[in-house]
Amino acid sequence: MTEAGYNFAYLDETTKRMIRRAILKAVAIPGHQIPFGAREMPLPYGWGTGGIQVTASILGPQDVLKVIDQGADDTTNAVSIRRFFTRVAGIATTEATGEATIIQTRHRIPEKPLTENQILVYQVPQPEPLFKLEPRRAETRRLHALADYGLMHVRLYEDIARLGHIAKAYDYPVMVNERYLMSPSPIPAFDNPKMHQMAALQLFGAGREKRIYAVPPYTPVRSLDFEDHPFRPIRAPHACAICGSTTSYLDELVTDDAGGRAFICSDTDYCQERQQAPKAAAE
Amino acid sequence: MTRLTPGFANPVLDAQASFRAILEAMSRPGRIQTIDARITPPTPLCSAAGAALLSLADADTPLWLDAGDTVGEWLRFHCGAPITPDIGAARFVVACGAAPSLDSLDIGTDEDPQLGTTLILQVTGLVAGEGWRLTGPGIQHQHRLRVLGAPAGFVAAWAHNQALFPRGVDVLLCADESIAALPRSVMIAEG
Repeated sequence: MTEAGYNFAYLDETTKRMIRRAILKAVAIPGHQIPFGAREMPLPYGWGTGGIQVTASILGPQDVLKVIDQGADDTTNAVSIRRFFTRVAGIATTEATGEATIIQTRHRIPEKPLTENQILVYQVPQPEPLFKLEPRRAETRRLHALADYGLMHVRLYEDIARLGHIAKAYDYPVMVNERYLMSPSPIPAFDNPKMHQMAALQLFGAGREKRIYAVPPYTPVRSLDFEDHPFRPIRAPHACAICGSTTSYLDELVTDDAGGRAFICSDTDYCQERQQAPKAAAE
Repeated sequence: MTRLTPGFANPVLDAQASFRAILEAMSRPGRIQTIDARITPPTPLCSAAGAALLSLADADTPLWLDAGDTVGEWLRFHCGAPITPDIGAARFVVACGAAPSLDSLDIGTDEDPQLGTTLILQVTGLVAGEGWRLTGPGIQHQHRLRVLGAPAGFVAAWAHNQALFPRGVDVLLCADESIAALPRSVMIAEG
């Protein structure tokens, strides 16, 4: 049941219109960060306030919402955001990737390929890929205007010179449509190739930093690399301890005090589907 | 005294549905979407253009329009949007008659390309599967779109607009209840 006293999906209509205009411009300029007037939300910064505002602005009564936090549907952040939208918008929610029309995610892309009928909303802590290299926002805006991304290439080159490889396992910078350098949000580098030519629309919301950006469907997204040091997505060299998958992204679990470890799928829905599939086939 | 026709019957959900149709149109340039908004804006404004303005325009977005005073009053009443005579200062430009030249519109700056205007261009009809060949972000291989009543020389003017990327103008093509979008990133070739 929808909570009384709130507008549909919590935000007021003027705020939604402002965010909707920003989203449309973000889609028209793939990878460019659009400033927007982020509102104070009933949960703290860092809990997905940007993603929630984007979701609230696109959400309709027909939508089915899935929320994941590091791939899992049952962690605190995912559960509370799902519950928030059930309360303020009365919409249906799901844990199945295939059934969702909107998927809000923190730091993962689902293993199951997304379709044209889905929208993926990312929660972004730091939208500026150059932030650690150039702290002045006025300067990074200029670098984006000039498409001058030498700083980032030097940063990656220094990794290779010191360590022999690019030591960035998450938030690995990408070029969108060969024009804008973009932070993919802290998804593992393993997920970066999924962004390339994805059938679904990808929207990014950063609440504290007050930025919205987007990657339209079927848009080239290239992870930065060098000819002699091509981009390699990193995956733990194990099979999932529960479903046995050798292709999904794995979380490492410490199981005891004696150094015992187990690797399991980070995407809980994918893992569960695989566990149930052999049973269904047996019946 | 003229009678003002109503806006959205349900301002919250109708605006959301219209926005999703526009978002879908913008993300997949050249694909035609239908806005079933059940509104009758004053002539000559078509219902898709009316719904787009009701769901996107407000006091923050100066409008320029060539659709006459009745439409201006309707938009001022329902959206609260200021009407400006200066086409270069408008966030939304509504063209029902002869389309203004793309050069006269605000294209934003290199640092703030999002300030580029959205041109809502009312045309006679939209037909999918023939006509222009569109390529670019949002399009897997190629989308085809025939725009009936497109302004003369539009494809050449668009090539100029596209070359300004990331600056530029975005276009919403509206005909009756149909809408298709041309974001500045899309390339158009004559079919």
